[in-house]
Amino acid sequence: MVATPSAPGIRPGSYNHGRLHTGGTTVHGPTTHRGGGRHCWRVIDVNGLTKRYGAKTAVDNLSFTVRPGHVTGFLGPNGAGKTTTMRVILGLDAPTTGTTTVGGVPFRSHRRELRHAGALLDAQQVHGGRSATAHLWALARSNGIPRRRVTEVLDEVGLTDVAGQRVGGYSLGMKQRLGIAAALLGDPPVLVFDEPVNGMDPEGVLWVRRLFRRLAAEGRTVLLSSHLMSEMANTADELVVIGRGRLIAAEPVHSFAARSTRPSVAVRTPQADELATLLTAAGAQVERSGPACLVIVGLPAERIAELAFDNKILLHELTVRTGSLEEAFMRLTADSIEYPAGLPG
Amino acid sequence: MTAVLPVEPPIHFRDLVAAEWIKLRSQRSTPWMLAIAAVVVTGSAVVAAHADYANFPRYSPADRLTHSFSLSDAFPLAGGLMLMVIAASTGAATIVGEYSSGLIRTTTVAVPARGPVVLAKAVMTATFWTLAGAIICAVSFAVSQAILDGRHAGVSITSPGAFTAFVGATLLAPVCAVVGLGLGVLIRHSIATTVTAIVTLVMLPIFLSTQHRLTAEIHHAMVFSAWQRLTEAYGPPEVESAHVQAGQLIPGLYPSLSEAWISYAAWPLVALLLAVLVVRRRDV
Repeated sequence: MVATPSAPGIRPGSYNHGRLHTGGTTVHGPTTHRGGGRHCWRVIDVNGLTKRYGAKTAVDNLSFTVRPGHVTGFLGPNGAGKTTTMRVILGLDAPTTGTTTVGGVPFRSHRRELRHAGALLDAQQVHGGRSATAHLWALARSNGIPRRRVTEVLDEVGLTDVAGQRVGGYSLGMKQRLGIAAALLGDPPVLVFDEPVNGMDPEGVLWVRRLFRRLAAEGRTVLLSSHLMSEMANTADELVVIGRGRLIAAEPVHSFAARSTRPSVAVRTPQADELATLLTAAGAQVERSGPACLVIVGLPAERIAELAFDNKILLHELTVRTGSLEEAFMRLTADSIEYPAGLPG
Repeated sequence: MTAVLPVEPPIHFRDLVAAEWIKLRSQRSTPWMLAIAAVVVTGSAVVAAHADYANFPRYSPADRLTHSFSLSDAFPLAGGLMLMVIAASTGAATIVGEYSSGLIRTTTVAVPARGPVVLAKAVMTATFWTLAGAIICAVSFAVSQAILDGRHAGVSITSPGAFTAFVGATLLAPVCAVVGLGLGVLIRHSIATTVTAIVTLVMLPIFLSTQHRLTAEIHHAMVFSAWQRLTEAYGPPEVESAHVQAGQLIPGLYPSLSEAWISYAAWPLVALLLAVLVVRRRDV
């Protein structure tokens, strides 16, 4: 078991601790695994998943694995198939071909799921006429989760003061918090969130980021989708990037950043042709961006300056440009076919 | 891996029923629907009984002696129709509300066993409307007969047909509610479901002639026809056939008693069976 932090809030097994008394027998909940085995039952596995709706292929032969102990960002532009993939993982939609498993078994093989996995798919999908307490209590009751757990998760997401109010009057950010509370009800080892940050204020964004990181640090599997790379760069350690239903990348954020944010150097010089020939000979990729402007990839700025100096080429400007993760993501997803999965760029 | 696999907590169907009860209870429309049903159904019984009370002196001596209107005053047409519409639409709302809000996805992720969720809704809905129907119908019966007692034309619950009428009137609510629920699962759209339920339960019997063999058979299989027979809407069967022979009533309005009970059982069961079969296969 991953070390339990002493911070207040939700900890693995914080409500059942292996004790769930039903009719005199003690039952171990899924969060209280003993024997120190590996985390195989926490893994989300997507294997050759294809989902078609009529003639439209939403997800095309998608395979990836989400492991515990990390926040995994599930990225793609709108319409890339993120929500469809999550719906298949969560057993809502049946795959056309391929399989998805959570903890080694198809999601639907469990009859009650909140203790195995929690999910927030769309925060707006609540009954507006009910209070947060009633919404959570009905969910908890269906899974045999004790009432006090509702109070705990409401406290965790900061909705205690408004728990008795109608959910219809909540802002989107508050509904997101309610959805997160619902996902946490069963204290599950696997958590799936679809666009959880939408509609949250900056304070809420910081809170939710810390929460996700803590849940992952507790050894849980945390999968969260977004169409914003900038959001993921600050939250996730692992990335699964898809475009048009296909896998583009599945790797740690830092290696994705290292291979996709190519630094470039912009040079302005009256001797552009001469410099371009020199730099190409030195192994750089050179692009003309204007009559006296070059963009160079593959050589550091110092080396370019040295070459220019050695060859008496006058430089009017030398600027280092670092591509942002967001740009890299846009470039990758703009044309998914040219960037097959796993291959360095 | 076997060492790590946790033990599943036991699965209780009653937890699902309890969860559905929490949902119904926390819906603000529930007490309103119940109040409207109670007022309209008992009110219509009061109106019907009072009308016969007022007209009683003008009735023929034979009619005054048999007072075959007494039972149908307890469970008049207006109240029955209203109960059908309210029960069917609230039954449908228990699932259609989840589809239209999208809550069904949260529910299905929490409980991937979809069939039991539908069955739990059915058990909760049926129980709720049986209790509500029993109370409303008991009040309707007691008040209407108390009014008619003023003309010595009231019947007691032990009179022939009275208890059958009471049970038939009571069960109309859960039967329609569960049919509404089943249609809701199949159709998923709120207005379409309500319209379908009302057309099927209330209007279809009106369109079906009892003069032709085929349409009469279908007419007899309807919940509404069953309710008319059980509550003796046209008087006890012998009075009804006397009216038919006298040319005052269309023949064949009543199904047999056993046909009536079979309709009451078959409609909700078939609706539920279809709902469970469909909900297991369909994307949510």
